[in-house]
Amino acid sequence: MTVILNEGDAAGTTGAASGSPVDAAPDPEKAMTRGRLVFIRFMRNKLALVGLVVIIGMYLMAFVGPLLSKWSYDTQDYSAFLEPPYSEHIFGTDKIGTDMFALTMRGLQKSLIIGLLVALISTSIAAVVGAAAGYFLGVADKTLMWVVDLLLVLPSFLIIAILSPWFRGKSWFLLVVMLAAFQWMITARIVRGMTLTLKEREFVKAAKFMGQPARKIIAKHIVPNMASLLIIDATINVGSAVLAETGLSFFGFGVQSPDVSLGTLIGLNAESATTFPWLFLFPAGFLVVFVLAVNWVGDGLRDALDPTSTRVRRKEKKDTKEKAA
Amino acid sequence: MTTSEIQFDAPADPVADGPVLQVEDLQVSFPSESGRVHAVRGLSYQVSPGEVLGIVGESGSGKSVSSLAVMGLLPSSARVSGSIKFQGRELIGRSDTELSKIRGRRVSMVFQDPLSALTPVYTVGDQIAEAILVHKKGAVSKAAAAKRSVELLDLVGIPNAAERVKAFPHEFSGGMRQRAVIAMAIANDPDLIIADEPTTALDVTVQAQVLQLLETAQEVTGAGIVIITHDLGVVAGFADRLMVMYAGRAVEKGKVDEIYQQPRMPYTLGLLGSIPRLDFSEKQALVPIKGQPPSLTDLPPGCPFAPRCPMVVDACHTAEPPLMDVDGSIEHAAACIRTNEIAAADAEGAEAAVEIFGAEVADEPEVAKIPREQRDIVLGLDNLVKEYPVNKGVVFKRRVGTVHAVAGISFDVREGETLGLVGESGCGKTTTLMEILNLQKPMGGEISVLGTKSSEVDAKRRFAIRRDMSVVFQDPMASLDPRLTIHDCIAEPMQVHGYAKDEINRRVPELMRLVGLRPDQLSRYPGEFSGGQRQRIGIARALALEPKLVVLDEPVSALDVSIQAGVINLLEELKSKLGLAYLFVAHDLSVVRHIADRVAVMYLGKIIEIGGVDSVFDAPRHPYTQALLSAIPIPDPVKERQRERIILTGDLPSPANPPSGCRFRTRCFLHASLPPEKQRQCIEVEPLREAQAADHEAACHFAQVRQVL
Repeated sequence: MTVILNEGDAAGTTGAASGSPVDAAPDPEKAMTRGRLVFIRFMRNKLALVGLVVIIGMYLMAFVGPLLSKWSYDTQDYSAFLEPPYSEHIFGTDKIGTDMFALTMRGLQKSLIIGLLVALISTSIAAVVGAAAGYFLGVADKTLMWVVDLLLVLPSFLIIAILSPWFRGKSWFLLVVMLAAFQWMITARIVRGMTLTLKEREFVKAAKFMGQPARKIIAKHIVPNMASLLIIDATINVGSAVLAETGLSFFGFGVQSPDVSLGTLIGLNAESATTFPWLFLFPAGFLVVFVLAVNWVGDGLRDALDPTSTRVRRKEKKDTKEKAA
Repeated sequence: MTTSEIQFDAPADPVADGPVLQVEDLQVSFPSESGRVHAVRGLSYQVSPGEVLGIVGESGSGKSVSSLAVMGLLPSSARVSGSIKFQGRELIGRSDTELSKIRGRRVSMVFQDPLSALTPVYTVGDQIAEAILVHKKGAVSKAAAAKRSVELLDLVGIPNAAERVKAFPHEFSGGMRQRAVIAMAIANDPDLIIADEPTTALDVTVQAQVLQLLETAQEVTGAGIVIITHDLGVVAGFADRLMVMYAGRAVEKGKVDEIYQQPRMPYTLGLLGSIPRLDFSEKQALVPIKGQPPSLTDLPPGCPFAPRCPMVVDACHTAEPPLMDVDGSIEHAAACIRTNEIAAADAEGAEAAVEIFGAEVADEPEVAKIPREQRDIVLGLDNLVKEYPVNKGVVFKRRVGTVHAVAGISFDVREGETLGLVGESGCGKTTTLMEILNLQKPMGGEISVLGTKSSEVDAKRRFAIRRDMSVVFQDPMASLDPRLTIHDCIAEPMQVHGYAKDEINRRVPELMRLVGLRPDQLSRYPGEFSGGQRQRIGIARALALEPKLVVLDEPVSALDVSIQAGVINLLEELKSKLGLAYLFVAHDLSVVRHIADRVAVMYLGKIIEIGGVDSVFDAPRHPYTQALLSAIPIPDPVKERQRERIILTGDLPSPANPPSGCRFRTRCFLHASLPPEKQRQCIEVEPLREAQAADHEAACHFAQVRQVL
């Protein structure tokens, strides 16, 4: 990407354009696809990049870290109970002598996967169901909204409790599916409402009249125009999924000891926060950093997808000014 | 009107010696992210009692801001300086409370959008009464104010005023709402009425009614009127003096006749030349003003119009020309250093504009040389019917009526020709379009596109037809997906129809050039383009699949006149280059006259007159067409004042319950003038379309030619 000051370009665009989303590409005839443009705009957002690096770093740490440590989450060091961090146990130990670093990493493994997957799955379901109901209306709308209402009135906790004997011992993925299954309904309703208004917009009609099939209209025009909502929803869902899993674990479903998640660690050690802070601070700190990083990435993605966002542009102006100087 | 306690003052008000409003060196600026926006830069004008001043300019020229400054309605962030004297009293620097005593009482305002100018939760009568009570508290009883509001509604021509006074704004049509707003404006017998684009949001027939009403209001109150508009046609017959604004300054002002006949500023020339004329039968070249108004944050030195001016010379860039008297007249002034040269040109008015701006008439397409009967039918409608059920009830829906949106219309569009479909809003134009574009089996009748009947096509064939038929929508803001780049927008139809990637990448820049845009802007988003440019992108997308028929749904009605001219020229050029057929839906008859070969006039779901455009416009047979045509203002003050306007009474009847026999009879002036036995024929027998001349049909029992232009 070469940065060119675009002032000469103003021939017809002055007033309407206060800056371009990307500066002129080296080959002006060759336009960029949406994917590439979004990528470039995302890469411009420093905070989002930091967030992305942090998330990738946490994954690496969670999965590679335990291999480097000599302690495991299910073994105890009987010579160290409730020790604050020192060279042997860098995060300290808990009251039965388990290494806190090993525990935190094990918890992080679980929570990272549960948090991101649940958010991704539930927001996707919400987008697809809501958009389909709003776009097709009629029978599809009635059926889907009936399902939504049904799931909304059913106490999710009860269902999971009833089903838990069945999925006990089965893979963690089932837990993810269950968590996701009870998180998407409200968003789906909002998405349906937004689809109803978007559907009447002329660009959707234009796509229909050029022969674009309905599923492609939904994927190409309707869902991207709700991207802001969906991304915010997904980032909120990450945090709430981690906490919802804690709740389940507390009642004996979900992640069971000796296995741990960040949620169980936080729940277990919350009361020790003032007396033995390392028990609480490390898992809690990782959760906070994780959710924060997801938020940054989400914001960056939203700005990159939204052509009216001025955040990326204002930075651009600064960039061009610096370059010009 | 004699029973009221409150009366209008005698038109000659004793206080009103000298000008009602005197604005001197008005400056208004707003803070913005990219620096201060100088929306008005040194504006001076005055309005005498009983005088009508027209302020004309493109959007963004500062005309609305200057009038809001007079009303003291600008946001507190605005910085206002200069002097605004109302009846000799200075208004700038007064507090809001002080101004409130003048606003609505002595100065009143009519806004553009009658929908948002009325509060939806109060009845119209209450709102008019409120306007009176606010200023005459104590002096007027509530009952008297209520009575007065009935009189006012009656005065502005709302039928059955005593009943309608209890109606809520949503029960009024757009034209009736604007009347109610005018009733509020004149309720306190103001000395100055400011009308900000009062007719822009209205249909042509209603526009004529509202203009007439403003004239009445002026006669009744004797007030000075400032009318703000972007359409030079509207003010030609109504205003006494005219001021043309550009980039926050007056660039030309003078008597209406002088400005229309001897414009001395290139911008005024351009504005005059950009209006399609209803009264010109030969093809007229439209003048597009290139580019856009400058950004008002930091203007370069020199004439702000210089970048768009065809007559620009180096001297134009050195200093901004002041308003100078031209032609030795004290009243006519223009801000241009080359006024003498414009004066020296042979042609006058719009012709001079064509000469100076170098506009050209597009050639006739090749296919137009073949006689019409021998060309293929691209689109044929045979007795098309579309009805909507009216349902009532929440749980058990029962059908209580039917809206006959389209009640059996037939027409055909042949290769390389343009059919203009015109009519008021609510007449079924858009429904007809949607039926054509949906390509489903119609409720009644038949649609055939390129010889294929829509009732017989399967999904595959329908998909194939979509390739030959495309659409351009009215609103350039809404018709492009804001999240797609221009490249993706234009490429979409080609992707749908399975073009190869290389082919698409080659064709998209080609299409951009075809519609007059630069291909290096392809990675931009629609939000960064102006309305006119976006409409061009919409046209490029419509042409991507090389269609044979393009359906245009009011493609220029959302654009400023100067930009509209550019888009119309583009459409004509494309038609002759590519041999396209257009179905052009519009409510602006002057645009239709300019671009169409044939015209069909719709009224309440029926086509009441159809034929060659010259035949229909020069010799209209149906009373409705005559009324429509007479309602369109002509941008020529002399002609405009001589014209006799046919004002239609009332609004369009509800299509759920159309009148028996001839649907137009309830508003027809011809019907009203007929003897009873002939009237019975109108009431009982529905008139059929009958040939009146070569390629000219009208549906009226008593069709007769009437000259209205």
